[in-house]
Amino acid sequence: MMAIPERSLSTIYRDLRRIRRVEEKIIEVYSSDKVKSPVHLSIGQESVAVGVCAALEPQDIAFGTYRGHALYLAKGGDMRRMIAELYGKVDGCARGKAGSMHLVDMSVNMMGTSAIVATSLPLAVGYAFALKARKEKAIVVCFFGEGAMDEGVAYESLNFAALRKLPVLFVCENNQYAIYSHVRDRMPHGDPCARARSFNIPTERIERGDTLAIRDASAKAAAAIRAGEGPQFIECMTYRWRDHVGPDEDRKWKYRPDEELDAWIRNDEVARVGAMLDDATRQRIDAEVEAEVTDAFAFADASAFPGGEELDQYVFSA
Amino acid sequence: MSSAPKSDRSLTYAEALYEGTRQEMERDPGVFVFGLGVDDARGMYGTTLDLQNVFGADRNFDTPLSEDAMTGVAIGAALAGMRPIHVHQRMDFLLLCMNQLVNMAAKSSYMFAGAVNVPIVVRAIIGRSWGQGAQHSQAFHSYFMHVPGLKVVAPSTPHDAKGCMIAAIRDNNPVIFMEHRMLYQNRGIVPEEPFAVTFGQARRLTEGDDVTIVAVSHMVVEALRAKHLLDEVGIKAEVIDPVTLAPLDMDTIAESVGRTGRVLVVDNSWTMCGASSEIVAQLVERLQGSRSFRTARLGYAPTPCPTTKPLENLFYPTAMSIAQTAYELVKGKGDWTPAAVEAKEIAEFRGPF
Ligand SMILES: Cc1ncc(C[n+]2csc(CCOP(=O)(O)OP(=O)(O)O)c2C)c(N)n1
Repeated sequence: MMAIPERSLSTIYRDLRRIRRVEEKIIEVYSSDKVKSPVHLSIGQESVAVGVCAALEPQDIAFGTYRGHALYLAKGGDMRRMIAELYGKVDGCARGKAGSMHLVDMSVNMMGTSAIVATSLPLAVGYAFALKARKEKAIVVCFFGEGAMDEGVAYESLNFAALRKLPVLFVCENNQYAIYSHVRDRMPHGDPCARARSFNIPTERIERGDTLAIRDASAKAAAAIRAGEGPQFIECMTYRWRDHVGPDEDRKWKYRPDEELDAWIRNDEVARVGAMLDDATRQRIDAEVEAEVTDAFAFADASAFPGGEELDQYVFSA
Repeated sequence: MSSAPKSDRSLTYAEALYEGTRQEMERDPGVFVFGLGVDDARGMYGTTLDLQNVFGADRNFDTPLSEDAMTGVAIGAALAGMRPIHVHQRMDFLLLCMNQLVNMAAKSSYMFAGAVNVPIVVRAIIGRSWGQGAQHSQAFHSYFMHVPGLKVVAPSTPHDAKGCMIAAIRDNNPVIFMEHRMLYQNRGIVPEEPFAVTFGQARRLTEGDDVTIVAVSHMVVEALRAKHLLDEVGIKAEVIDPVTLAPLDMDTIAESVGRTGRVLVVDNSWTMCGASSEIVAQLVERLQGSRSFRTARLGYAPTPCPTTKPLENLFYPTAMSIAQTAYELVKGKGDWTPAAVEAKEIAEFRGPF
């Protein structure tokens, strides 16, 4: 593993913690009806977005999915505007038009997310095509669940990216379930990396959601992309602790073994990375994160709803 | 109600869909139900619950996320003589099926002069409320109405949900079966024995000589609420549910408009090039020269669906906007504002999905 300087370790921990705490707070307020929108929580999966983004430069472009809170925050998206968006308020990142499923923050190159599975892969490839054509330094990172690897468009996108050696890092967040459907019931061998390799795209799988291993693999892949070697593919094994959608635990649906979930909960990356810091540093970060989260929800509460005149704004661009 | 006769039995819309499907699966071993999540513990809002236990995993099964290919698989199985029901949790996902539905399913009978047929049912659920937003709330019935060779049905009552499901399964053609999540808990009387609703027969739900209101899918519920509001100001509205959009029963609609001289079409989608445009155009073709009439249309606001509640409230027609528009058709611009009525199924809906 590459040596991680202390400062970036505390940054990584801070990001993990921010995502965890913000989502725990969403769970807390959900029954109040302030969030009138489906939420697809990332609790348990924080390390993927945080590990990958720790290896990116600010100018790099991120595409993600409706399960987007973690990526949005890890890429540097504004927490206040995220919560205001979930509340449907005018200070939200899309003025209330998006809700949780379509977060966007172009100031940090966080592209708007889509709720149609696998739609982001070809868009990421197209963006990478433009970067390459313009000889820009940035690369594109495209996050998607392993469910997206069921869709034909994923393969057409991998193919074109490989064909044109485009600067794109594919990040498959393999939480093993698409809603309640296990990957083995959807893929004969359940191995997204093998599929990517069939397009001559180099791959690496990171087990157990290890944040620093994800960061290192991403850094290596990003370096190869920047060196002009074309697309790279990493598969991050991870696990969603909550229901596919909504704030609840989902043991009652019995589609996955309790022991499997419990093992992943014991393997908590937020706690594990936190334990690498000295107590004083961790406590300071925790306190700062609490303040930031509290402030973000207060900001959202105080923000107004958009007025009716906003309904038809932005149907077309000016 | 324990002493109620069988014919008074009531079911929810979701239960009616389930019952119709199950009865057809019992009758015909060629019927099978597949699609994302159709065998999970939630059973597609209850409409497919336990079908796998009853009929086995060959007749009720989950699929990979592969809408395009799975639509082709349905068509292939239908060509081989089976009767697939392909279920989509949101109609938005049908856009991934478009090529197979329009180029293959809709064309096979004609292109091959009846040598083959494609008896598939494509169930598409329309999402609404709880911040479904731009990509989980769309209704595309007009896209399909446009294409010869496809049938499009949009039942609004539990009775018609069951009867249309059975008719769709028995039909030898591809049928797009449009459901609305906000209808699922509606209760109504549904005969227990299997029955088919004849396609191309609209229902006159209320009688009135002042204004005809044609409403599609969930908008039927809102139109009936509007009718009560209009009663209060002495306007008698005739509410018509086309039930099936292709074929479309223009006889019933034109007869009504011939009497009332006023028609409001309320669609559960956008108005531009929509079902409402088609209905009004056909009315003009039929009635011009013999009967003049006034007309108005309501539908989604001409924007993508916003997520935030205050804007979402403006996006959809309501009982109030329907009543107001109908009132103005009858009386011209007036000073009447209908009382607010709650759409219970929307107000009481709790997410997360
Ligand atoms: C094209 C398409 N088909 C179906 C759905 C419904 N759907 C939403 S999320 C989901 C599961 C996706 O699983 P995965 O890609 O592994 O991501 P995860 O939700 O686990 O993060 C499905 C089937 C959709 N949104 N888009």
